[in-house]
Amino acid sequence: MTPPESATLNEVAPQQPVADTKELIKEVLEAYPEKTRKRREKHLNVYEEGKSDCGVKSNIKSVPGSMTTRGCAYAGSKGVVWGPIKDMIHISHGPVGCGYYSWSGRRNYYIGTTGIDTFGTMQFTSDFQERDIVFGGDKKLAKLITELEELFPLNRGVSIQSECPIGLIGDDIEAVAKKSAKEIGKTVVPVRCEGFRGVSQSLGHHIANDAVRDWVFPQYDKEKKAGNIPDGTAYDVAIIGDYNIGGDAWSSRILLEEIGLRVVAQWSGDGTLHEMINTPSVKLNLVHCYRSMNYISRHMEEAYGIPWLEYNFFGPTKIAESLREIASKFDETIQQKAEEVIAKYEAQTQAVLEKYRSRLEGKTVALMVGGLRPRHVVPAFHDLGMRLIGTGYEFGHNDDYKRTTHYIENGTLIYDDVSAYEFEEFVKELKPDLIASGIKEKYVFQKMALPFRQMHSWDYSGPYHGYDGFAIFARDMDLALNSPTWSLIGAPWKNAEAAK
Amino acid sequence: MTEQIRQIAFYGKGGIGKSTTSQNTIAGMAELGQRVMIVGCDPKADSTRLMLHSKAQTTILHLAAERGAVEDLELDEVLLTGYRDVRCVESGGPEPGVGCAGRGIITAINFLEENGAYEDLDFVSYDVLGDVVCGGFAMPIREGKAQEIYIVTSGEMMAMYAANNIARGILKYAHSGGVRLGGLICNSRKVDRELELIETLAKRLNTQMIHFVPRNNIVQHAELRRMTVIEYAPDSAQADEYRTLANKIIDNKNLTIPTPISMDELEDLLVEFGILGGEEEYEKAIAQDQAKAAVV
Repeated sequence: MTPPESATLNEVAPQQPVADTKELIKEVLEAYPEKTRKRREKHLNVYEEGKSDCGVKSNIKSVPGSMTTRGCAYAGSKGVVWGPIKDMIHISHGPVGCGYYSWSGRRNYYIGTTGIDTFGTMQFTSDFQERDIVFGGDKKLAKLITELEELFPLNRGVSIQSECPIGLIGDDIEAVAKKSAKEIGKTVVPVRCEGFRGVSQSLGHHIANDAVRDWVFPQYDKEKKAGNIPDGTAYDVAIIGDYNIGGDAWSSRILLEEIGLRVVAQWSGDGTLHEMINTPSVKLNLVHCYRSMNYISRHMEEAYGIPWLEYNFFGPTKIAESLREIASKFDETIQQKAEEVIAKYEAQTQAVLEKYRSRLEGKTVALMVGGLRPRHVVPAFHDLGMRLIGTGYEFGHNDDYKRTTHYIENGTLIYDDVSAYEFEEFVKELKPDLIASGIKEKYVFQKMALPFRQMHSWDYSGPYHGYDGFAIFARDMDLALNSPTWSLIGAPWKNAEAAK
Repeated sequence: MTEQIRQIAFYGKGGIGKSTTSQNTIAGMAELGQRVMIVGCDPKADSTRLMLHSKAQTTILHLAAERGAVEDLELDEVLLTGYRDVRCVESGGPEPGVGCAGRGIITAINFLEENGAYEDLDFVSYDVLGDVVCGGFAMPIREGKAQEIYIVTSGEMMAMYAANNIARGILKYAHSGGVRLGGLICNSRKVDRELELIETLAKRLNTQMIHFVPRNNIVQHAELRRMTVIEYAPDSAQADEYRTLANKIIDNKNLTIPTPISMDELEDLLVEFGILGGEEEYEKAIAQDQAKAAVV
């Protein structure tokens, strides 16, 4: 199900020799004590053409003290998978900090009246106190759900996102969920995403997926049996793993609808509980973020026989490839429409490329993002004539690194769960023109006077998905790289040096 | 200058008689003019029952839960005075199966410290739940808390297992916090060769059997009346046993870092004293069972 190789790969200039980059890795590792070096050297490598993966280990516990960028299971469940379901109330169950610092989500845009029928940017917490730890928090949780129902009667359900202490003191949130669901007559989903579980947020995605399987899909089964689920059309699809950051899912949905498909569910950006419940009725699941939602896609394949397809809506090359591949799963009408849609956007795309490609051509980029974008956005850079010199995942697994090989060229530096120190050293040596990573990395590199774009939040911009998104993506990369600000870097009395 | 308060703790397998032994001993100490505070570290809150002639006194944690936080409590609401002015406080805790009793003990002890409960005393005695299942139950033996641990045991196998495990816990904190093992108290269950066995175990753990408390029904009679033997039957032989133990603890200078033994060593010891059978007996017994099964 991996997309075919990018056609633009061969058009870009070659990397520095593999041996040189391997030497660089060695040098960077030298700063570590032996034990750390041995652990870290398994996570750093250079991709060599023809290999089936990137040659790095992944999804392993971070080295203590190494300044990893990873999050926790709670972040993966509450922050990523469940948080964007807009018509449910997501309770951060435990002490106040986890909820406070995850307030507002990840710019998962949604339509609705916040506080009335949607709750995306609101924060609900059981605010555990010492007595709740000692005596258990189940009663408080039940009361909280009752109160939420009174205060926000238009909520469609509740999810309980466990923070660490819940698992430590052994609260029975499943029992509370069952009881409260009966009381309020709505869905209540307990999620065992205690932060100490697993090595990163990745396990939180899995746990959240399992919670959908165990607490949401049974409602589909029940309704289906009762004959309450309509058959739908032959063109019903679901967008899986698009969190609508800056409106990404919307700019994707436009294209899918234009080729004649009916998007009946969005997971989970701008999504609703009922879309989730109805998803097992679709004909095809379209998976964007494989890392966070492959589990539920596989489950739907096994339990309901729904095939799933990974697609990539970053940059016109991949958008066209993806549209054709998606269309190939349907009849000729859809295939015909896909070609029409690709043709329709041709002029728009050419205008974008004409405007920006000459300004970005030949520039290099180093990526470090979460679980999908370290490979998915590479073709968009290629479309702009830019070259990827290094990439890595915060919390990718081996299957992500295997898929990455389809996107990168010989000699690309690969860093898994890269530490602040390693990333800084690599950048100093390889001197990419642009760093594309997250907020934790941003200011280090900006203080080094390097252009930087956030690849988690789109730096408060977006969307980047789809043809419309590509126009914004190209503009943003141009803004970052060609800002006149960079000419002002350096003290006037050092201008001679700065101007080299 | 305030005198050094000696902080002691009684540990041991659940049901071994820790609370009874500790309260009787403390009654003996109080008789000798020692100023003692008992800190009950058990959610059941029955560590001070014989001193107060009642159970269910207001515990720190229940009152804190009612009021909202432990900061809303006054010390004199939870610190009561019992037999011969022994001060009694119970941490309390959740009902079985919910919450975190260990965290409760940490909260309760911090409260006592912050509110000056540790003043004008000669002894503080902690009575802790049977098994040191988590960090919270080890709180009394951590830095700045109990310095002398007395393990209540008997010649029964599981009591000795527990005693050895507690010795391990003490060893863990012995170097960081300075906690020491004061000795084993044998609360007799009339097991064969019990005295010898516990003395041997004590030697192996690098400690002493500080006293052998014989079994006597008068303890139960006193218990029924919610009294210590010293209060209920001050002239009885059993009362004198507790007085002897009280004296021994007051005078105890034999504080050691324990040397817990491995499970194998402990089993060997039990085999040696005929509590567990050896390999031969085991095989014989199994063979007998099989022979029986074959006939059927």
